[in-house]
Amino acid sequence: MSTTTRKAAQPAKVQAGPGTSQSPAAGPQERRGGKRSSMGVQNAAGWLFSTPFLVLFTVFMAFPILATLLMSFTDFGLRNVTHPLDVNFIGFENYANLFSDEKFLKSLFNTAYFVVIGVPLTIFLGLVVAVLLNNGIDRARTFFRVGFYAPVVTTIVAVAVVWRIVLDPSDGLIAGLFTEVGLTPPDFLGSETLAMPSMIAMAVWRNLGTVMVLFIAGLQAIPTEVREAAKLDGAGVWHEFRRITVPLLRPTLLYATVITTIGYLNVFEEPFVMTQGGPSDSTLTVSLNMYREGFNFFHMGYASAMAYVLFVVIMGITVLQLRLLKDNTK
Amino acid sequence: MSATRAPGAVPTAPSKEPIGPQGMKQTRSPKRLLIYVLLAAGLLIMSAPFLWMALSAFKTSSELSASPPVWVPTEWTLDNFRDLLDKLDLPLYFMNSVIVAVLVTVSNLVFCSMLGYALAKLNFVGRNKIFGLVLGALMVPGNLMLLPLFVLMSKLRLIDSYAGLVLPFAAGAFGVFLMRQFMQSIPDELLEAARMDGAGEWYIFWRIVMPLVKPALATLSIFAFLGSWNNFVWPLIATNDPDKYTLPVALATFATDPNKAGGSNGMLMAGAFLVVLPVLILFIALQRHFTQGIATAGMK
Repeated sequence: MSTTTRKAAQPAKVQAGPGTSQSPAAGPQERRGGKRSSMGVQNAAGWLFSTPFLVLFTVFMAFPILATLLMSFTDFGLRNVTHPLDVNFIGFENYANLFSDEKFLKSLFNTAYFVVIGVPLTIFLGLVVAVLLNNGIDRARTFFRVGFYAPVVTTIVAVAVVWRIVLDPSDGLIAGLFTEVGLTPPDFLGSETLAMPSMIAMAVWRNLGTVMVLFIAGLQAIPTEVREAAKLDGAGVWHEFRRITVPLLRPTLLYATVITTIGYLNVFEEPFVMTQGGPSDSTLTVSLNMYREGFNFFHMGYASAMAYVLFVVIMGITVLQLRLLKDNTK
Repeated sequence: MSATRAPGAVPTAPSKEPIGPQGMKQTRSPKRLLIYVLLAAGLLIMSAPFLWMALSAFKTSSELSASPPVWVPTEWTLDNFRDLLDKLDLPLYFMNSVIVAVLVTVSNLVFCSMLGYALAKLNFVGRNKIFGLVLGALMVPGNLMLLPLFVLMSKLRLIDSYAGLVLPFAAGAFGVFLMRQFMQSIPDELLEAARMDGAGEWYIFWRIVMPLVKPALATLSIFAFLGSWNNFVWPLIATNDPDKYTLPVALATFATDPNKAGGSNGMLMAGAFLVVLPVLILFIALQRHFTQGIATAGMK
């Protein structure tokens, strides 16, 4: 707004930059002034434009992140929701307790199980679909892409409800398919061994589309000439895929793996809606465990410690993945 | 930016085959047929739960529990929807979800664009630090904030209020990142010229930059709207009063309470159908922007 007035008020001492001399209307004095004061204006404007985000970020993100850390060293409980400052600092007690808490260890194991099986499956199937879509499909390409991506955008709670019914042993779709071929349908979500794999299947179904879109973008960024050169050199399909496609897709692979892993480490809605963590805690994930400790039992200090353990695990795994996948390119 | 996708110009890589010599095209066709078959089979599996949901919502209770399963109802009925609407005030939850999602979307459009503009086009002290903050914020899991956020909102008396549902999501790091990426492609000369003509930064931002990044704004609005629409954990925590529930919270509460929907898969399917349908329609209508947004975020 005030650019004009400042320009006029501050006579210039700096020489005009390249390009400024083109301006037909303004006199030489004003032009030079504009260039200089524009630095100050941009400084002020930069901060003004940043302010709303920074305020929201500070109040609703930075402060809570720090507060969680502080809370994790206290016995923060229900009473403290109204009197937050009236807490006892108990040092690392919450953290120490976590690692002798069988329920927590089980939730950690369950989450790891979900990630270790779910991430590779999601990445692999997403890559397969992307490659298929990128080879020889011109018609219906959008149609297929939309179809495979649709589960990503749907409301996870609604989808989890649907899957719960699809997997129902008495009248679900899958149970029906079992009976049709003369088999007794297993109780997918009621079985300690099958509940987690069923949930993984649903997660793969839901997230494959994100990975697919990333890989399609990555594949289209590979120059056609590179593939053509490989073909002229007599490279077969598999050879071309291994020697050209995979190495050039590495950045995409890295990004897709990292975001899928982070997402799966936080898994919450699926067990919340489909099994409530059961049977016998076999689908109790860290996030669900944290939610229960925090908001059902109001052990908020303890739940905060859980949140931080999960956070450290996520950071650790992300850094590890970045290292591993980057080193391979060299 | 435009390299991320190009709906109009897609055929660069894949069009090799149709353009190639006739003989080549023919030897290729079995392979292409195989690809089509594989994709179609995959798509069938992907869409089966949706189809099952949509069809089941219109089945009578006897067909819902029929074994072997009945795919297409012989007798279409709206009973499931009627029963559901009797038990669950879906229009109220729908409105709650719409209000929250619209507020989240508008505030994200304004605030993320402002910071995106500053980061892309303004030279100011501290710019790199703020950008670092945005990238850091992208990586922090939401779970890390829930507990103190709940305490904070209780203290501010914002539990069970729209403000309490909106504020934590009023400006997301993803939006800033997206807007910055797009705004970087606007030529500096254009902005310099405007500055020469005496335009202030606010004018430049609002009148010159914003109209130029309309596609990005479309992408961001879809992501912000859907993110809010599908959000579950925070609305679950930030609402106690059933009148303030958003759709997912209402549906989950209904679905996990054995006294309410316990036996009735028909009602649940009808509920899921009503929650998922608007999202699917929105997505199919605007699908180009989705893939574009995901791809942009994936490009460094």
